Amino acid sequence: MGQKPDIIPETGLQFFGRISASISHEIKNVLAIVNENAGLLEDLTLMADRGKPIDPARLKIMAATLKKQVGRADGIIMNMNRLAHSIDQTVTTADLDQTIELAIALTARFAAMRGVKVDLQLPANPLTIKTAPFYLMNLLWLCLDFSMSASGDEKQVELVVEETENSVRIRFRRLAGLSAALLETFPSDREKNLLAVLEAALTADPERAEVVLRLAKNIGEIECPQRF
Amino acid sequence: MPAKVLIVDDEKDFLDIMAERMGARGMAVSTATSAENALKMVLKEDYDAVIMDLMMPEMDGFKALKLFKETRPDVPIILLTANVPEEKCIEAIKLGAMDVIEKPADLNLLTQKIKDAKARKKK
Repeated sequence: MGQKPDIIPETGLQFFGRISASISHEIKNVLAIVNENAGLLEDLTLMADRGKPIDPARLKIMAATLKKQVGRADGIIMNMNRLAHSIDQTVTTADLDQTIELAIALTARFAAMRGVKVDLQLPANPLTIKTAPFYLMNLLWLCLDFSMSASGDEKQVELVVEETENSVRIRFRRLAGLSAALLETFPSDREKNLLAVLEAALTADPERAEVVLRLAKNIGEIECPQRF
Repeated sequence: MPAKVLIVDDEKDFLDIMAERMGARGMAVSTATSAENALKMVLKEDYDAVIMDLMMPEMDGFKALKLFKETRPDVPIILLTANVPEEKCIEAIKLGAMDVIEKPADLNLLTQKIKDAKARKKK
């Protein structure tokens, strides 16, 4: 298709950097809980040395907490791994449902920080499209970030995925704070470049409080001289 | 008198275990899962120190720190947080935080900081 995504590598690195920072923060929180459980185990052992028996019920609670935190860390790292591998092939056939779910999972901490709830409605049948998964994830993340800013007092964003004959439509709905002023800065060059590469289009309708992302089902090869 | 400490963190598991371990060290520990609740609590109770996460939903630690300093400037605040760049630590100190400690924390170090906070508050 000949598109030269000059600013895409920088946009992609910014995206990867923000996600990496968020993930490392989450992992540190998990480690803090594991660390305190190890400390508590030391405390209990010291008390046992002094003759106070260890309560097995307390140990069971600690084991459950540790298992929960290991599961949490595993989920975080698995998502990071999936994001990292999304760059393996610039253009490939991807499961759109899983890509959107991953984008939402990667945004979860940002949403929690802003007190925004994100809901997803997928079509009954899974959708596969030929796309650039990393760029798509980047674009979805930018759209989610914008949608959270536009969610207003409702603090809720609803993603509805619909299949049309030649495209897939992702509607970012319930954007109660969507205004002309907000749309002056969105989409910016970052989003426009990603839209061009993904053969996608973005429209906004403040009256319906929604932004609609239309994705091609089958994009061409991307000429990407600055691949990273 | 045991040190009266308020710990503020949105991680419930972390709060519970910190409260247990600090309680075992003779401190009177209260907890809050949001800065909003913590602000209400410091207006009612006189704490020797507030230990607060810097990154919390809705109201982040910086905003909370400013509000704490406006409402109870006498209460020392120790920030306990994961992965904070140095410039953010400096900003927090400038805003009135007594110290910034990175998670996972050494409880002995934190206990010493609480003792320092209590001594500072007495002055």
